[in-house]
Amino acid sequence: MKKILVIVVMAAMFVGLLAGCKPQAAQPVTLVFAKGDAVNLDPANVTDGESITVMNNIFDGLVRYKSGSTEVEPDLATSWETSLDGLVWTFHLREGVKFHDGTPFNADAVVFSLERQRDENHPFYQYGKWEYWSWCFGEIAKTEKVDDYTVKITLSKPFAPFLSTMAMFTAYIVSPTNAEQLKDNALSNPVGTGPFKFVEWVRGDHVTLEKNPDYWGEAPKIDRLIFKVIPDPSARFLALQKGEVQGIEFPNPDDLPKIESDPNLQVLTQPGLNVGYLAMNMGKDTPGFQAPFADVRVRQAINYAINKKDIVEHLYKGTAEVAKNPLPPTLWGYNDTVQDYEYNPDKAKELLKEAGYPNGFKTNLWAMPVSRPYMFDPIKIATAIQEDLRNVGIDAPIVTYDWGTYLDKTEAGEHAMCLLGWTMDYADPDNIIYVLLDQDAATVGSAGNVAFYRNSQIHEINMEAQQTSDFNKRVELYEQAQVLIHNDAPWVTLAHSKQIIVFNKNVSGFVLYPTGDYRFENTAIAAP
Amino acid sequence: MRNYILRRILNVLLILLIVSILVFLMIRLIPGDPARIIAGEHASEKSLAELRAELGLDKPILIQFFNWFGKVLKGDFGYSIFTHEPILHDLLYRFPNTFELAIFAMIFATLIGVFAGIISAVKRYSILDYASMIIALFGVSMPVFWLGIMLIMIFGVKLDLLPTGGRLSVYLHITPITHFYLLDSLLEFNFPAFWDTLKHLILPAIALGTIPMAFIARITRSSMLNVMNQDYIRTAKSKGLSTRTVIMKHALKNALIPILTASGTEFALLMGGAILTETIFSWPGIGTYVVLAVQSRDYPAVQGSIIFIALVVALVNLIVDILYAYIDPRIHYQ
Repeated sequence: MKKILVIVVMAAMFVGLLAGCKPQAAQPVTLVFAKGDAVNLDPANVTDGESITVMNNIFDGLVRYKSGSTEVEPDLATSWETSLDGLVWTFHLREGVKFHDGTPFNADAVVFSLERQRDENHPFYQYGKWEYWSWCFGEIAKTEKVDDYTVKITLSKPFAPFLSTMAMFTAYIVSPTNAEQLKDNALSNPVGTGPFKFVEWVRGDHVTLEKNPDYWGEAPKIDRLIFKVIPDPSARFLALQKGEVQGIEFPNPDDLPKIESDPNLQVLTQPGLNVGYLAMNMGKDTPGFQAPFADVRVRQAINYAINKKDIVEHLYKGTAEVAKNPLPPTLWGYNDTVQDYEYNPDKAKELLKEAGYPNGFKTNLWAMPVSRPYMFDPIKIATAIQEDLRNVGIDAPIVTYDWGTYLDKTEAGEHAMCLLGWTMDYADPDNIIYVLLDQDAATVGSAGNVAFYRNSQIHEINMEAQQTSDFNKRVELYEQAQVLIHNDAPWVTLAHSKQIIVFNKNVSGFVLYPTGDYRFENTAIAAP
Repeated sequence: MRNYILRRILNVLLILLIVSILVFLMIRLIPGDPARIIAGEHASEKSLAELRAELGLDKPILIQFFNWFGKVLKGDFGYSIFTHEPILHDLLYRFPNTFELAIFAMIFATLIGVFAGIISAVKRYSILDYASMIIALFGVSMPVFWLGIMLIMIFGVKLDLLPTGGRLSVYLHITPITHFYLLDSLLEFNFPAFWDTLKHLILPAIALGTIPMAFIARITRSSMLNVMNQDYIRTAKSKGLSTRTVIMKHALKNALIPILTASGTEFALLMGGAILTETIFSWPGIGTYVVLAVQSRDYPAVQGSIIFIALVVALVNLIVDILYAYIDPRIHYQ
């Protein structure tokens, strides 16, 4: 008798377990997005994409990127002007905006948010690492309040990309009241002015946000936004198929064909702000310099010899797009009129012959030891390039080191040709044309410019573009620079890796930002 | 007895010392500059110098080791480069999650494993025996990530019976008291959350418990077979006791010691965090922490995790060994 009772109870429990608890009616409209976990929730103290995504939806900056673009538009500042020497930027602030905790947004909040990162004597400097400040905001000398709704930012030198950097998460405005009350705990209890309010963060599991009913802009179309941590890409895809989540990022490349053929899913994709390239060492003062690379015809020949389309198609597994410029096509200033070198081994041989190497030459090809989105599988890519070069008579054994040594040695110019890449820090062409291709960056031992490409025209363009705040002028200058770089061919531009997001079909209104920001204020879910 | 325990504790300390030396050398043996490897292509000279100082790489190696080991003994594993939190804090936050899953996996493994082992031994050379042992062999050799994905695909997606991962549905809430969700949900009489937690536990527990289950089944079978051939079993049978009583009372009790040893060892291993299972089932435990630390080249966090896991495994083994003394009167310790 006792046994039967136990069995009945067990059976009842099991049925109850499987039937479970279905979500009840009149649930708030909730969008669950699967990604990795956040690390930290203070916008000035984060450096990783997973945390930045959460920040994007809680905070606003003085300026922001236009929807789906890298161009800047007003956000918490309604307008701004620059002094003639380009050193002083004055921002006029939006009035009547409140933080989620009720604190009014004003000049004090702006000064607090920026000065706590810069001024080592600021009482809140001790609570963060402020890593991005030294990388991208080194030009800011001071932020001051002019009146309640005007702030003045003084730079140490004219630096036009400054405005782009102000649209970054690092410059988001935080509630000073919250920071004062919570001290270092403010890092995990964010309070901003953005479209969503922070509710909870269960580390390793999820972050929950809810609609900010008092948002100064257009109200969000969903009531709750939950970022669910699912580290494994295959498990993410399964959760999406089942409908436990409505969106996922970075699916497994091998799952892509399956995803694309699923009628219930939609894929959003575009090239991100990055570039993978092969640099040819032109620096005569470097230990790795080889004479052939001083000749532009040789560098062009190598550009003709490499079948980029094949490499991107087969070795990146659909996660990247062929690059013809150092700048990614989703960045403003991209010059689409540049004609890429086509794959043409005969032309390559011809150019080599003209340059005096009819039988080719022997050199070396360095391959990075780690995989990056812009360099999906470096050793395989290097092998494919090696094969292409052998076809035109160039013998290039592959060289590789551990990652730290690789970076040190390429910066010292010990290579003839090397594979490298870059994920942009801020959405301004300066971050590639100056940081990776200017003569200022070609110092042996600490070079960002590992082609040691020194063109005084490029340098002049960079200097002018850093100093003028006239947007159209800057576009023109960078377009010109891309033509010069194309002709001089210091690099073989290989690929721009793509952002890939998958949503359920009933999700609409989400726009990809080239910067990798995920903003959900215009995202809606249709009733199933 | 006391001597034995003391000796075992010394043993644990020795193991910790050896693990610490290995872990300490790990970061120093990487070719090149560890700071450079951690910081990557965006590193500035200033940030490199800061990082080297933070890792203590700017001092002579012996001094580095003693500084570091001294801190480890005090429970100070340093700060994670990635999360900027004390590593021990990160690990302790995640430990209950791993512990809860390990217990469930172990319950699954022991129940099924012992049962299958007994059946195999009693019905030796029958179809049941062959079937159980083939399943056991399959279980030991099955890659966990494949099993996990298959379980999710079948029970999570196709049959839609159980969740695909995580510890609790995002629309439910539990106030963390003990951080063991089953217990916490009961403490606040939150039955929907209790069911939900239980449902989330089933698939990862099966995935994680399969290998120990297979191992325990095989140990149980051979241990039972060994006991079944003893004289006292023959005596018990000839006394006219029922097969059931003979097996459960006389055979199983005596066969239990090796089974317990096996279970103890397996449990200790599960407590160290199951990297693959936790990753596939989005389980926020020690295993996913280690993966994150490795992916973000967070060497201090990797070092801290390894020592923590070694400590847990050693302690669980110690506890199991000491328990024997009480369970089995035949075991004496000099």
